[in-house]
Amino acid sequence: MSVALSAADIKRALTRISHEILEKNQGASTIVLLGIPTRGAHLAQRIAAIISEIEGSEVPHGTLDITLFRDDLRLRAPKAIMPTTIPQSGIEGRDVILVDDVLFSGRTIRSALDALGEIGRPRTVQLATLVDRGHRELPIKADFVGKNLPTSKTQSVRVLLGEIDGRDEVSIEGVEQ
Amino acid sequence: MRHLLSIADISKAEAISILDTAHELARVSDGAVKKLPTLRGRTIVNLFAEDSTRTRISFEAAAKRLSADVINFSAKGSSVSKGESLKDTAMTLQAMGADAVVIRHSASGSAQRLADSQWMSGSVINAGDGTHEHPSQALLDAFTIRKHLSLGRSDLEGLSVAIVGDVLHSRVVRSNVLLLSKLGAKVTLVAPPTLVPVGVDSWPCTVSYDFDAVIPFVDVVMMLRVQQERMTDFYFPNAREYSRYFGLNIDRMKSMKPESIVMHPGPMNRGLEISAEVADSARSVITEQVTNGVSVRMAILYVLLTGGALETGSN
Repeated sequence: MSVALSAADIKRALTRISHEILEKNQGASTIVLLGIPTRGAHLAQRIAAIISEIEGSEVPHGTLDITLFRDDLRLRAPKAIMPTTIPQSGIEGRDVILVDDVLFSGRTIRSALDALGEIGRPRTVQLATLVDRGHRELPIKADFVGKNLPTSKTQSVRVLLGEIDGRDEVSIEGVEQ
Repeated sequence: MRHLLSIADISKAEAISILDTAHELARVSDGAVKKLPTLRGRTIVNLFAEDSTRTRISFEAAAKRLSADVINFSAKGSSVSKGESLKDTAMTLQAMGADAVVIRHSASGSAQRLADSQWMSGSVINAGDGTHEHPSQALLDAFTIRKHLSLGRSDLEGLSVAIVGDVLHSRVVRSNVLLLSKLGAKVTLVAPPTLVPVGVDSWPCTVSYDFDAVIPFVDVVMMLRVQQERMTDFYFPNAREYSRYFGLNIDRMKSMKPESIVMHPGPMNRGLEISAEVADSARSVITEQVTNGVSVRMAILYVLLTGGALETGSN
């Protein structure tokens, strides 16, 4: 097991992502942050806090559970459904930033796009991820990346966050092949 | 979990996970999303060999909200009325590729028979078998009680429930006694002695013959329908006397605890076991039970029909 990002690295990455989001969207007035449970939801909350500190105003943020939209429901044991909370402002005509911890096959994000389509029509949908580990199976790309981590498929990336795991850390487990 | 046949088969943790799933699904269907793609391409057959309105419609609505295809099959107007056996019916459904069968049948144990046989490979959901069990009704009742009274707990610890009326013929009561006690509630059955089944002393509940002595101390009063169609004998002298001793009327409701609720699995005999004023009062959660039924049945279908392909694939 090797540590890829320390607590300080994660903090710096999230601060940079927050600035990049503001730069790309020319401020925070149109954006809505939606985190994908479990860890993406906490990351979205952190990014929202950083952005509101920079801009001096609250940023609408919520969670988007994609379990019911997965394409592998037949293949896996049923997963618990997590809450979906869409901020009061809604997503209609907004710039929605999806936030997840690890970008891997891209299937989670495909499901998230389907889920969003049921809720409304955002002006744009952008993707922020703490780690991009490659091995995409779909034509999906992140707009904001904390760190690109080249991994082999046999390895796994573990993200720990203070809110649920007691500390912040990203590590790679297993051996490279 | 592959089948839902009886509350006796499921653990407390499984029951709570179904209730939690139903809670999230209810929030989804309350919001902008009315239809989810979760069970797209799966076929669910409603095999109703006995009359039913709300259970069949509820399962149909649940399946459709999850984008499954629904085939309704009722005994009237089908080959069952020509004398086709359950086995032949099941094999026909298998040949049509049913992923799940929701079965309502007048014979106790029919759902178990269908699940144990090799007649078909899909999931079997018991929607009421004779006087045995009605697990989805118990789950929706537990969901409704939890929503109103559990104060954020995931189970029903500390609550007390009176189930009143025709216990003898009720499958709802069997499932409810098992489930509510499994979730930590204290259950008291209230009925005339003639409508209490033999062997009730082995159930996880107490029995009382005096409604007025029980009603001030319970959080939930669940009234049962007097099932006249199943009554082949005399169980009480007449409807007026039954109503006086075991019916819930407005005067009796006044002695209930302030936060307590009134439930009824439906269909109601207004004026017999429950008066119209009570059924339409603010304490009554009877129509909410119907609404919750759809969410709970969506949760049941979700839990049974996802992950199934891998299971059958590895066999």
